[in-house]
This record gives sequence, C-alpha cells and structure tokens, in this order.
Amino acid sequence: MPASIAVEERSIQARMAHPSRFGDKAFEWLTLAMALAVVVLIILIGWQLWIGSSLAIKRFGFHFLVTSTWDPVAEQFGALPFIYGTLVSSLIALLIAVPLSIATAAYLTELAPLWIRQPLVSLIEMLAAIPSVILGLWGIFVMIPWLRDYPFPFLKRFLGWTPFFSGPIYGPCMFAGGIIIAVMILPIITSVSREILRSVPDLQREAAYGLGATRWEATRIAVFSYAKKGLFGAVILGLGRALGETMAVTMVIGNTPQIAASLFKPGYTLASVLANEFTEATTDMYLQALFEIGLVLFGITILVNLLAQLLLRTITTASTTRAVQ
Amino acid sequence: MMINGAGATFPYPIYSKWFDEYAKVDSSVRFNFQSIGSGGGQKQILAQTVDFGASDGPMSDDNLSKAPGKILHIPTVAGAVVLPYNLPGNPSLKLDGNTVAGIYLGQIKKWNDPKITALNPGAKLPDQDIVVVHRSDGSGTTYIFTDYLSKVSGEWKQKAGNNTSVNWPAGIGGKGNEGVSGQVKQTPGAIGYVELIYALQNKMSYADVKNAAGQFIKPTIESVTAALATASIPDDFRFSMTNAPGNDAYPIAGATWLLVYQQQKDPAKGKKLVEFLKWAVTKGEGMAKDLNYAPLPNEVQQRVLKRIDEIKT
Repeated sequence: MPASIAVEERSIQARMAHPSRFGDKAFEWLTLAMALAVVVLIILIGWQLWIGSSLAIKRFGFHFLVTSTWDPVAEQFGALPFIYGTLVSSLIALLIAVPLSIATAAYLTELAPLWIRQPLVSLIEMLAAIPSVILGLWGIFVMIPWLRDYPFPFLKRFLGWTPFFSGPIYGPCMFAGGIIIAVMILPIITSVSREILRSVPDLQREAAYGLGATRWEATRIAVFSYAKKGLFGAVILGLGRALGETMAVTMVIGNTPQIAASLFKPGYTLASVLANEFTEATTDMYLQALFEIGLVLFGITILVNLLAQLLLRTITTASTTRAVQ
Repeated sequence: MMINGAGATFPYPIYSKWFDEYAKVDSSVRFNFQSIGSGGGQKQILAQTVDFGASDGPMSDDNLSKAPGKILHIPTVAGAVVLPYNLPGNPSLKLDGNTVAGIYLGQIKKWNDPKITALNPGAKLPDQDIVVVHRSDGSGTTYIFTDYLSKVSGEWKQKAGNNTSVNWPAGIGGKGNEGVSGQVKQTPGAIGYVELIYALQNKMSYADVKNAAGQFIKPTIESVTAALATASIPDDFRFSMTNAPGNDAYPIAGATWLLVYQQQKDPAKGKKLVEFLKWAVTKGEGMAKDLNYAPLPNEVQQRVLKRIDEIKT
C-alpha cells in the first residue's frame, strides 16, 4: 500500500490507542478495588470478632474450645457442645441433602422430559425463597409432630439398639435440626449442580454411548466423572450455608448445650446460641464469650473451606494422573 | 421532638399503647421504642444512646457504677409468670416451690411422682415423663422465674442461680415466650413457664402455685397486684416481688422498669419525658388491665410520682 496511507493509519492508531488504554486500566483498577474490598471486609470482620472477644480469650484461652459448661451466672463458658452441634447437624444435613440434590439435578438435566424441566426448576428455587423463620415455624408446628409420630418411633424400633437412635423422643432434637438444614440447602446444591451438569459437553455423553454404555453408565462415566470438581464445589457451597443457618435450626433443635450420641437428644449450634443470647447478655464477660463463639464459627467456616480446597486439589490431580495412564 | 428508648420485650405492648395514646395528649412529642431486650436496654442507657431504657430486671450495682450519672428505676407495670402444661384431660394442677424446683432440676421426672400427686389428690396423673421446657434466649421472664426458684430452693440457687439466662440442669429450650408455649402445646407431658398472656391466648392450662402464706393462688391480674402491694419495695425501687408475703399474692410475678438519668442532658426533652412519665404512672396505668398487665397499686404510685419529681431538667 502507498507509504502515505500507511503513515496516516499509524498516526490515527496512535491517537486512538491512548483513550482506550485509559479505559481499560480504569476498569482493571476498579475491579481490583472491588475484589480487595471483599478481602478487606473479611479481614475486618475477623479482626472485630477478635478484639470483641479479647477478655474472654484472655480468661479462657484454649479451654474455651474443649470445655462443655455454658453458665452465664457463674460466668463459665465453653464452646464444645456448640461446635459439636454445628458440625453434627451440618453433617446430617449433607448426608440427606447431597444425594437428593445431585439426583434431582441429574434427573433435570439427563432424564426429565423437556416440558417438566422449567416448572420443576422454578418450584425448587421457590424453596430457596422461603425465609428461614417461616421454615422454622413450619418445623415446630408441622414437621416435628409428624416426625415424633411416624419416622422417629420407626427408627427407634429398628435401630434403637445403636447409640444414635436411643433414648426418649421429645420432638425437638439434633436430627430435626439436621433435617431442616437439609431442606434449606437442597435448593442451592440442586441449582448449582444442575448448572455444572448442564455444562458437561454433549460430546462426552455421545462418546460414552458410542462405546456401548447404558444410560446409567453414560451418566456415571461421562457426566459425573467429568463434573466431579464442580459437584464437589456445589456441596461445599451447601455446607457453607449449613454451618451458618440460624433461625430455622434454633426453632427445632431443642437449644440444650450438650454432647450426646443419640440424634433424638436436643442439641445446640454456634449460630443458634448467638441468635438466642446476644441481645440479653448483661455482663461484659458474657458478651465477649458470645463474640468468641462468633469468632469460632468464623474460624470453622474458613477452615472447612480451606480443607475443601485441599481435597478438591487432590481429587483433580488424582483423576488427571489416571487419565494419563 | 423525638424521644428514643430501647429495652425489654415484655412490656412492649403496653408501652406501644401508651406512646400511641400520649400522642393524642401532647402532639409535639413522639416516642420511639425498640424492644431489643432488657440487656440491650441497660447497655444503651449506659452508653447514653437512648433517652430512656426499659428492663425487666433491675440493674445490678456493677452496671449502675458504670453509668456516667445516677440512673433512676421507674416501675411501670407488673406481670405474672405462669406454668402451662400439656396433660391429657387438662387437669387443673396445684404446685409448690419445692416441686417446681424439683421438676426444673430434673429430679422429679414423672408426672405421677409422689410429690406431685400429694398436692393434687383428685387429679389423674399419668405415668409419663415430664418434658421440661425453658427459654433458650435471655429474658426477663427467666429472670423472674429463676428469682422465684432461687428463693424457694437453696439447691437451685446453688446449681443454677438467678439471671436472664442460666445453665439449665434439665429440659429443652424454646425461643421466646412463643417458642416455649409452642413447645408445651406440641409436646405431650410438657411443662414450661411463660408470661400470663401467652398462656391465656393459647388457651393452655396453667398451675396454681403455693405462695409464702401457704395459699394456692391462681395467677391473675388481681393476685399480681396483691403481690405488688405486699412486696417490700426499697427506696430505689430495685425490688423483687417473687414469693411476696401477702395472703392473696401470686408468688411468681415481676415488675418492669423504665431507666432514666436523674440529671437529664437535654432540658426540653427531659421536661417532655417527665410529663410523659407522670401521665404513664397515673392515666397510663388504667390501660394496663386490658392488656393483661397488673397496674401499680396506689401507694406505690405515689412513691413513684415523688421519685419522678426528683428528675432534674
């Protein structure tokens, strides 16, 4: 092309490059600031919890995590029953919700006739929209009486010899807490799993069918294995919600700080004790002990997420090595 | 002008009614009350973020010493803490302090325990486990109940004590008065403690309790007023009226207080606050009965009015 036009083009480009580069840079800084703001917020929350519980930390130290007494009158505080309650109720919730959610997601993406998919999805998402308190009320007035009359005696009759289903049935108990958390985390695990399974390329499925797989084999090999990492992420999302679930749990779990093997015994979670006792905590030590409970919950959530990330890494490295071989 | 207060949930209905009615008396001032709990009310008045606090339990000496100025306790109304239960046939039960303490200590485990049948010879009591229900959240109702238990049972005083939240030896926790009444209603064989109005509205049977004079008293507004009349009320109005000595007094009752500084910071607000307090303790008391609160008896009213006169603006 003639040299003059080439020079003109370059000068035009030179003039155009400046303003657009500024826009890009500004966008980059803005999004970086947003991201950093989230990190700073988390650090600030952790720090505020730390200084808010400084008196209690100084008084109880490590014993706070391993003692079981919660006595506001004598000002002896120990978080062990709450830690136990949070972990056990979340575990029960996962055991119930994860198979249900993943099965639902698989049905919605692989097996359901097209006309049923959207309505079913909308219904499940409506479950997520129910406020925690309403679910708790439903728990007290509908779920617990029903559980007390049918499933619990059934479980007690056949599994009463195990330590998990022994003892009298009151109604509000650890098991009820776990069930209601399962109801709450079902929608989130289902919708995220559905997205994950939908994103599995059809090529994977076709390849499996091409090799002669049955419906189940194709779903297992092509879809689930491929989506393992994402599904695990969905479960961790659900677990995160389960650890912090407050109002619905506090209405059905019995609010008794104790560690018992039986799931029919009432329990207590970290979030519940905070919701119940924070507004009326009259003394400084009491308030700071509750702050420390908040700090423990914060710590547990971070720890669980870290462990999940580590586990995720081992899953993916293991599967890639297998693929190579 | 806006006057802000915060604190106890128990008197919230009557305070709401008072603020509503007082707006008709003096439209130049509006009251704003947040029922965040007695603990919150005490904390906020100490921090001076509100103009008045409200608490179901009197402030401790410890807390009062933290205040930047002298805080006055103004008693407003009183209420009863009743013991609803869920038994087949809804028998009417009589209980005394020792028995109630025994139930809540987890020592009396069944409804047909000899201690209970001795007090209720005519009633058909089943061989059923007692499901004890208490409050899981901190509350003035618990304060009144544990105050009563600490007075009638040395063992209770030593094991659990008296506070808005205690280390319960037995039972399951329900959140709020509504949580406890819900649990009792749903669980056969359950017993709990709630404010009178909750038992009335949920149509639950509740027990007659033996008072210090040896009489079994049904919890009513009259028996609470009787307790208030015979309770020994010290000069600073920080009193407990549980186990009051009167013949007709219901033993598990308590008052609720408004907390105000003797020296008001803002003269205009202080003046309006004093006018409201005087109206509440006189005209306002007339509205208490409709909402199932016991009004202050006349003698106490006069003493409170004199105390309100001491507020300096």
